Amino acid sequence: MQTTIVTAKTVSTSTDIALSARSVSAWYGAKQAIRGVSLDFIKNSITAIMGPSGCGKTTFLRCLNRIHESALTARTSGEVLLDGVNIYDPEVNPVVTRRRIGMVFQRPNPFPTMSILENVIAGPRYTGMTKDPRELREIAEDALRRAAVYDEVADKLNSPALALSGGQQQRLCIARALALQPDVLLMDEPTSALDPLSTLKIEELMERLAADVTVIIVTHNLQQAARISHYTGFMLGDENRVGSVVEFGPTERIFTHPKDSRTEDYITGRFG
Amino acid sequence: MSIELDSPRSVATASGRLSQRALTTRQAIADRLFRISLVAATLVFVAIIGGLFVELVQGSWDSIVAFGPAFLWSSEWNPVTNHFGALPFIFGTVVSSAIAIAVAGVVGISAAVFLAEFAPRAVARPISFLIELLAAVPSVVFGLWGLFVLAPILGHVADPFLQRYFGFLPIFSGTIYGIGLLTAGLLLALMIVPTVAAIARDLILAVPNELREASISLGATRWETATRVVLPSARAGILGACVLALGRALGETIAVTMVIGNRPAISASLFAPAYTLSSVIANEFTEATSSLYLSALLELGLILFIISVAVNGIARLMMWSMLRAQGRRP
Amino acid sequence: MIAGDRLGSSRRVAGLAGVVLTGFCSALAAGLLILLLGYVVVQGWSAINPSFITQLPHPVGVSGGGVANGIVGTVIVVGLATLISVPIGVLTGLYLAVYGRGIAAELVRFLAEVLSGVPSIAIGLFAYTILVKPFAHFSALSAAFAFAVLMLPLMIRTSEEAVRGVPTSIREGALALGLPDYGGVMHVVLPAARPLIVTGLLLSIARVTGETAPLLFTAFGSQFWEVNPTNPMAVLALQIFTYAISPYDDWHRQAWGGALLLILAVLVLNIGARIALAGRTKKF
Repeated sequence: MQTTIVTAKTVSTSTDIALSARSVSAWYGAKQAIRGVSLDFIKNSITAIMGPSGCGKTTFLRCLNRIHESALTARTSGEVLLDGVNIYDPEVNPVVTRRRIGMVFQRPNPFPTMSILENVIAGPRYTGMTKDPRELREIAEDALRRAAVYDEVADKLNSPALALSGGQQQRLCIARALALQPDVLLMDEPTSALDPLSTLKIEELMERLAADVTVIIVTHNLQQAARISHYTGFMLGDENRVGSVVEFGPTERIFTHPKDSRTEDYITGRFG
Repeated sequence: MSIELDSPRSVATASGRLSQRALTTRQAIADRLFRISLVAATLVFVAIIGGLFVELVQGSWDSIVAFGPAFLWSSEWNPVTNHFGALPFIFGTVVSSAIAIAVAGVVGISAAVFLAEFAPRAVARPISFLIELLAAVPSVVFGLWGLFVLAPILGHVADPFLQRYFGFLPIFSGTIYGIGLLTAGLLLALMIVPTVAAIARDLILAVPNELREASISLGATRWETATRVVLPSARAGILGACVLALGRALGETIAVTMVIGNRPAISASLFAPAYTLSSVIANEFTEATSSLYLSALLELGLILFIISVAVNGIARLMMWSMLRAQGRRP
Repeated sequence: MIAGDRLGSSRRVAGLAGVVLTGFCSALAAGLLILLLGYVVVQGWSAINPSFITQLPHPVGVSGGGVANGIVGTVIVVGLATLISVPIGVLTGLYLAVYGRGIAAELVRFLAEVLSGVPSIAIGLFAYTILVKPFAHFSALSAAFAFAVLMLPLMIRTSEEAVRGVPTSIREGALALGLPDYGGVMHVVLPAARPLIVTGLLLSIARVTGETAPLLFTAFGSQFWEVNPTNPMAVLALQIFTYAISPYDDWHRQAWGGALLLILAVLVLNIGARIALAGRTKKF
């Protein structure tokens, strides 16, 4: 059986959609968390997914790199197309998929036993991209620069990652994801555990990242969505707390002329 | 098979950067070897336990065939005539362990209540530490101490005292040797006190504070709260801890062998020497002259194995059921 | 009012008596340990001298001599047992932590708990029937096997708990980088779990270092230098037992000396385990 699917990026050159979710539903055990979410993510743009807590936005994000299914009893249905290839196809290996779709978590999670440098090169090194120390070092420096943390850690690359401040740790985690040169970067409320200054630094670097990475960020912070994203999706849970998309469009339109009254209620602060 | 592998052709045709995203053959093999070795190790572990049971049954088969179930209630143990029965050893094991759990239960649970409910931290911590350390002392050291310190004290002081005032009871009658059932039981009690005390203390500490506050607010004293509210709500688990400790006592070998007197007789007196399943194996196994003798000893081991599995299974079930009952509460 | 006060005071007395009684029980248990340890130290100290640690046992009637072969034997038997049990125990614990979801895993957990309650002498009999009887030869290797089986339950449980104790966010971090199970466990999860696994290992070693019963018909004991694991071998715990039940005062003294050494070894291992644990708390 030949599986050229994952690496066949050229298939979809005609479109500028990097990632496309088609009626994605997800469950934890018997409890459904999201229902029929369909969204397209434009290549090299920033898409924000916002909504009140418990609306399933994080669950949806976790379906996009198939990390949702790593939880006990978790289950997914629907399709997610990466360059036109469904990553839920039985022939696609989720492990390999995750190397093209990076992820940054809500709380910084540097590997506790590794140094700063080891954290950044963990991806390229242990996925077998390269073993050459010089090359790894170059990858690390490049990734740390792109994550706007290089200047702060350049002279202590070999000290423990946990010695960094929270904001630095989070940018280190961004660098760790970037070191694999992913096409898509998923960010799950990446600044919710950080102070305003660190938040600002991460928002600035996201704008630069969008030059060659498709960024999808989950946030419950309206201002953040409005500030940084090109497109915005608004998710809401129904009476059974099953989340679905209410409205999706260019950020400017969503925030100035929402079509759905629930979106308008949310952005004007009437609930959530 | 090749689902996880990229075929060579696809690697060759895809762009260099992307091809490195796929699992290399080496990685796929390493990952598979990793899973296989985990499963293999687990199977080895299961096989060891299976082998343990099978070997004990196989080794005792001659004896099982020769004596049948009567082995359990026959009290004759005579290597010369090749007649073997387990009753004296079952008796000694049960009685010494019963003494042990009776004493260790009272002392251990009391200590747990004190450490969890009343003692200030500065007192509770060092005492807890000492009691946990007690669990680490090797059994042969307990035996040594039992033989040279505990047995003489009991033989010269405690046993005569008991006989003088309670000698009308059969259990305190007869000749005093110092070593015997009572000594073995008390030494065992000391050995299993840490098990009871440590687990019971943790269970008591796990009782929600609201229960205590509710009881105090109803006007109960701290002592009444501890004995009528806190202890009952941890009862199932503490009982489980006692059964677990009982299991330890039933299987304990070396310390008991050193102080029980090693005589295969059933006597009403707790002062009399006796024998346990484990100590007869310890003493006679390397001297067993006939294959039937050896087989009978192995059958004693099998009985011990079955008893300990049953007792431990019950203890685990009791503690599980308590934890689950607690988990259901919000 | 007066009746109420009386009731109050009698209840107070009952409470006080209860606290005193339970406190006495705590002091009894802790005090007996201090007595026991103190006795071993006093008796053992007088028996320990350079020749006790460096010389072979002397024949009965010749005073002096030592337990050097038993010390070396203990190290060999426990070392071999560790070599056997570490791969089986750690990998089984890993299996339970990583893939342990179904009925099969529950069964393995249950078996590990059951095994932890099986008397050591029964495990000694098992080692005898499969490693001594077929070769008609007592050996240190059979003792190491018995010890390894004794070590397994604790090693399996602590390894599983150690791996489960690594925060989900760290495991997901590895997953999100596209590391396969093997890579994530080896490079990220195991290093983070190592302090706890080492703690479990040290406690398992401490548990068997003082173990005696299975040695009676596996290692069997020896009066001589013996480093070949396929031969009978002296082991310190067994020497203590043999000396203690002998009728000779000189040997009794040696038993106390051996007991002191054994307690020191077990104590050091237990303290080592606590230190390894403390190393973990700093990490997270």
